[in-house]
Amino acid sequence: MSDVTERTSEPPRLRVRLRARELYGYREILWNLVRKELKVKYTASVLGAVWSLLNPVVFLAVFTFVTKVLKGGIEDYAPFLLSGLLAWNLFSVSLSNGAQSVIANANLVKKVYFPREILPLATVGVCLVDFVLQSLVLVAFFVVFYGFQLDVLWVYPFAFVALLLITVAITMFVSALNVRYRDVQHLIGLALLVWFWMTPIVYAASTVRTSMLAAANGSIAWKVYLLNPVTWVVMGFQRALYHSGSDPLFPVPYTAGQLAVRLTIVSLIAAVGVYLAWRLYFSMSGDFAEEL
Amino acid sequence: MGTAIEVVDVSKRFRVFREKPTSLKQRLLSGRTRAEDFWALREVSFEVPQGGTLALIGHNGSGKSTMLKVIAGILRPTKGLIRERGRIAGLLELGAGFHPELTGRENVYLNSSFLGLSRAETDVVYDDIVQFAELEDFMDTAVKFYSSGMLVRLGFACAVHVDPEIVLIDEVLAVGDESFQARCLDKVRSFQREGRSIVIVSHALDVVRQLCDHAVMLDHGRVHATGSPDDVVREMRLTILHHDLEFAREEGSKEVEIVDVVLLRDGLPLEGPIRSGQTLAIQIDLHAVEPIGDPVVSFALHDATNSFVFGDDTARLGLDLGTVEGARRVRFDLGPIPVTGGKYWLTLGVHSRDNARVYHVQDERYSFEVQQAEGRRDQLSIPVTVRMQDR
Repeated sequence: MSDVTERTSEPPRLRVRLRARELYGYREILWNLVRKELKVKYTASVLGAVWSLLNPVVFLAVFTFVTKVLKGGIEDYAPFLLSGLLAWNLFSVSLSNGAQSVIANANLVKKVYFPREILPLATVGVCLVDFVLQSLVLVAFFVVFYGFQLDVLWVYPFAFVALLLITVAITMFVSALNVRYRDVQHLIGLALLVWFWMTPIVYAASTVRTSMLAAANGSIAWKVYLLNPVTWVVMGFQRALYHSGSDPLFPVPYTAGQLAVRLTIVSLIAAVGVYLAWRLYFSMSGDFAEEL
Repeated sequence: MGTAIEVVDVSKRFRVFREKPTSLKQRLLSGRTRAEDFWALREVSFEVPQGGTLALIGHNGSGKSTMLKVIAGILRPTKGLIRERGRIAGLLELGAGFHPELTGRENVYLNSSFLGLSRAETDVVYDDIVQFAELEDFMDTAVKFYSSGMLVRLGFACAVHVDPEIVLIDEVLAVGDESFQARCLDKVRSFQREGRSIVIVSHALDVVRQLCDHAVMLDHGRVHATGSPDDVVREMRLTILHHDLEFAREEGSKEVEIVDVVLLRDGLPLEGPIRSGQTLAIQIDLHAVEPIGDPVVSFALHDATNSFVFGDDTARLGLDLGTVEGARRVRFDLGPIPVTGGKYWLTLGVHSRDNARVYHVQDERYSFEVQQAEGRRDQLSIPVTVRMQDR
């Protein structure tokens, strides 16, 4: 008649294609969970998703004003900041909400069967919707105030893919671990704080490079600094969206071509990371219902 | 007909932590965790044929809900194997996927996706769901404003409008008012007509007897009895009595009380099954605080299908008990038992001669088993002698 499912005591081995097909079969739950989260987030608020758009608008306004007054180092600081910050928000909010995703849905996990991967994926999905909405604001800002001069926009997809893979890998990893060790959610908060300042979002990567290379053993420090994959992602977004005009290697000390190569490498490593995190998640998810 | 679900030697161990170490520090400091093993299921095996309806019954903590979760794929068995053919929908909890902030309509779509319906499929059954739940006017209201009854109705309506080959139902038949319950049962029957395989976990033993064609009783995680629902439900009732006599179905004023009952086989206390042909005696100790005039003691035997088999009482047998005060013993001696194979339940009663007053009735509280001689398939054992004569 229909296909036979077997369940045994063995934690099943992850067969990517088979599991991906099962996940695809359950995609309706993923869409519904994302939709639910968004609705719940904006429920009983008159403006709804406009809040999501308002956030970058206010950011842009405030920072434009502040930097005009203070005459800071980076030209057009607000759009520069936002180019990297939106990517960072997708990453960090996915991680901190993703860590809780299984626990927050304990009721579902204990009562209904569905592939558990959907929970962290839905978290990433919600953040992705915010990311897209806010990016639209940012791009509109660029076009309105600087004209359409996004000539290296083609780097954008490289950065985006890398960002998504890194986010999915780490989110899955922490959400699986957090079921057993609730320390993870606290650790994530601290780690993200450090990580944020290790990433050239509020400051320019070029500045770091200059000051590091000036110091003794600075080139090693600079290489270590570049081990952070999110740095590449953020630089990719900054390169794709932001233009400072005068110096082509400021604030991002790499050309679009160089970034595309590095981001491809980062993506490949992140893809392996997704596989490993998925495998861990998959083998642990069989016991979620018990551990909650 | 193939099998829809095969459960083969399934055991499930839970680790019970005194204090669950959920942080790394606790886990490291406590060294070897003070986990205790608790076997919720031990070597459970049964099958559900395609189109069959199986009931899982048992006391609280017997493992039946765990079994259902293992079948549903929510829990992984510690040992053993489960094989399933077809799409499963579990009604493990009505409206498990509901979110209070969403409207009824949104929740129908959300919950249905957990039960395996796509958006398009939900569109098709949406009106039926609303109608079934009788919530036409409330679908655009957030469900946090629903009464608990409305929630349950909506949850059930979603759950029964899915299209699975295997349906798992956990204790959801006992919700709502009577008319709603009746409709739920109708829905389950229509599932049966459509040839779906069903597993029901329920405490409502009468429902089990009405609906199911097979039952499995779990006790402390093991299969205690399996077979026809009538048999298993009786077994269940019997063990309830052994577990906790307060559950026994008893009634009466207890002006004359049945204080002790002993079954005797060939004059000795009964242990194990009785063979047809052996004699059985029912020895009943009565106690009356106040003197009671002319009571009658009766007994009745029912078989495994709950059919009345045989009964008698002291009045018909011509014994006048007179006025009973203090302790008395009444003993019925039954001749060679003519019935064969099966389990029999004994109901005892003490009442006034005109049946106007019931002093004490113990309903199917005692049982004995009659064992069939090997190789015989008789319904009755009739004493037969045979001889040969010259003509």
